Amino acid sequence: MQQYEWDFGAVLAYWPMLLHGLWGTVAISALAILFGIVGGGLVAAMRMSRHVALRTIGTAYIEFYRNTPGIVHFFWVYYALPVITNVKLGPLEAAVVALATQSSAFYAEVLRGGIQSIVRGQWEGATALGMSRADALRRIIVPQAARRMVAPFVERSFEIVKTSSLASTLAYGELLYQGMQIASITYRPLETYSLLALIYFALLYVLSSLAKILEDRLQEA
Amino acid sequence: MSEIAPSTTDAPILRSENLRKSFGPIEVLKGIDLDVKRGDRIAIIGGSGSGKSTLLRCLNFMELPTGGKVFLEGERIGTVRTARDGSQSVTYSERELMSVRRRVGMVFQQFNLFPHMSSIENVMEGLVTVMRRPKSEARARAAHELERVGLSDKLDVYPGRLSGGQQQRVAIARALAMDPEVLLFDEPTSSLDPELVGEVLRTILTLAEDGRTMLLVTHELGFAYRFATHVIYLYDGVVHETGTGEQIFRNPQKEKTRAFIARSSEFSL
Repeated sequence: MQQYEWDFGAVLAYWPMLLHGLWGTVAISALAILFGIVGGGLVAAMRMSRHVALRTIGTAYIEFYRNTPGIVHFFWVYYALPVITNVKLGPLEAAVVALATQSSAFYAEVLRGGIQSIVRGQWEGATALGMSRADALRRIIVPQAARRMVAPFVERSFEIVKTSSLASTLAYGELLYQGMQIASITYRPLETYSLLALIYFALLYVLSSLAKILEDRLQEA
Repeated sequence: MSEIAPSTTDAPILRSENLRKSFGPIEVLKGIDLDVKRGDRIAIIGGSGSGKSTLLRCLNFMELPTGGKVFLEGERIGTVRTARDGSQSVTYSERELMSVRRRVGMVFQQFNLFPHMSSIENVMEGLVTVMRRPKSEARARAAHELERVGLSDKLDVYPGRLSGGQQQRVAIARALAMDPEVLLFDEPTSSLDPELVGEVLRTILTLAEDGRTMLLVTHELGFAYRFATHVIYLYDGVVHETGTGEQIFRNPQKEKTRAFIARSSEFSL
């Protein structure tokens, strides 16, 4: 077998493209996480509602996203939505909508899991003092649940960052798409995709270190 | 300072009529009539499954009764609705239940302290969040209540660092801080190690000296005898026998009461 000659230089020459891609990945992920948390709160509230209709909608929403692949959501929002609504989203918007709606379902489960892990006695201790359900949730349940939610929340957010690479299929210039371009220009897929993996790894590693600090802070409090 | 009112005064402060509670097909309370007058100390005793905890929990609506009426200071709790077919149902608004629970305090078997708050924060919580008192005032009041239960050296300690007996005394202070008209104790010593029971019972007895109106569900019959102005023996979801401590413990009239009392070592002689 012929010795392969590594040449990262050829790939690194296109660093502005990679930087652009990194920015694209961060933008999609940050927006999807932000909207996903808001949506997740709503879905979780529905899922735990006392009203059967709301509970059913919440459950159906979560089950839908749990049982369909992410790439179908991307294609549906980008190619199918315009057919029925006359709304033509750009690749970034479509990717954010697809990712945020999907992550809403997963964040909702993180929230619900955290809240339901708090024993019933805490609700009783709070309501026996005359607290409203809302106050009990705000003062007693959520502060305790939050600590337990950090780890699964971080896990979910990582999934979002990784899933954002699906935006490449919509020809949006995130990290993977930019890499594909560079690979086809340089004919160096080995270096390009190795480098890409390294960049994803570094990005998530930094984020997980930050999350760890946050988690420790919360445990101390 | 709470007023000491003689137990013989006028109208009941808390009253139930034909109170019923079912969990699915199982009827746990089968029609309980109860009158609690100001200054009364009522011990509710009975075997496990007799419905004594459920009765207590229906009085502050931790459980919603499935039938009968509850009155607080003469006012019926809940709104009666009559359906088209003439059948009646009772609904309870959250606002109304919040007000009842503020006035009828509860101490739980498992304490239910908030683990993310220190002792004093636990006691302040109701004052600040429910009564909307300024923090400084709430803190002073909470410190006073903790001193009353003998824990003035544990103000900033978290529940996880307290013994079971100390935790239960914080829980008592937390209930007292709301200045409830009636205080309910749901087996307050049942989850404590034997050597920690005494400190909690002593705390409850000091409240008796203050003339507090209290209902206590307990397995500690000796304590019930010392504590109570009235004793209720529940059997199978109904009041089987009721009377003073002297009557129930020393001279029970009914066979089942006698058998139950005899099983307790303190009264077996």
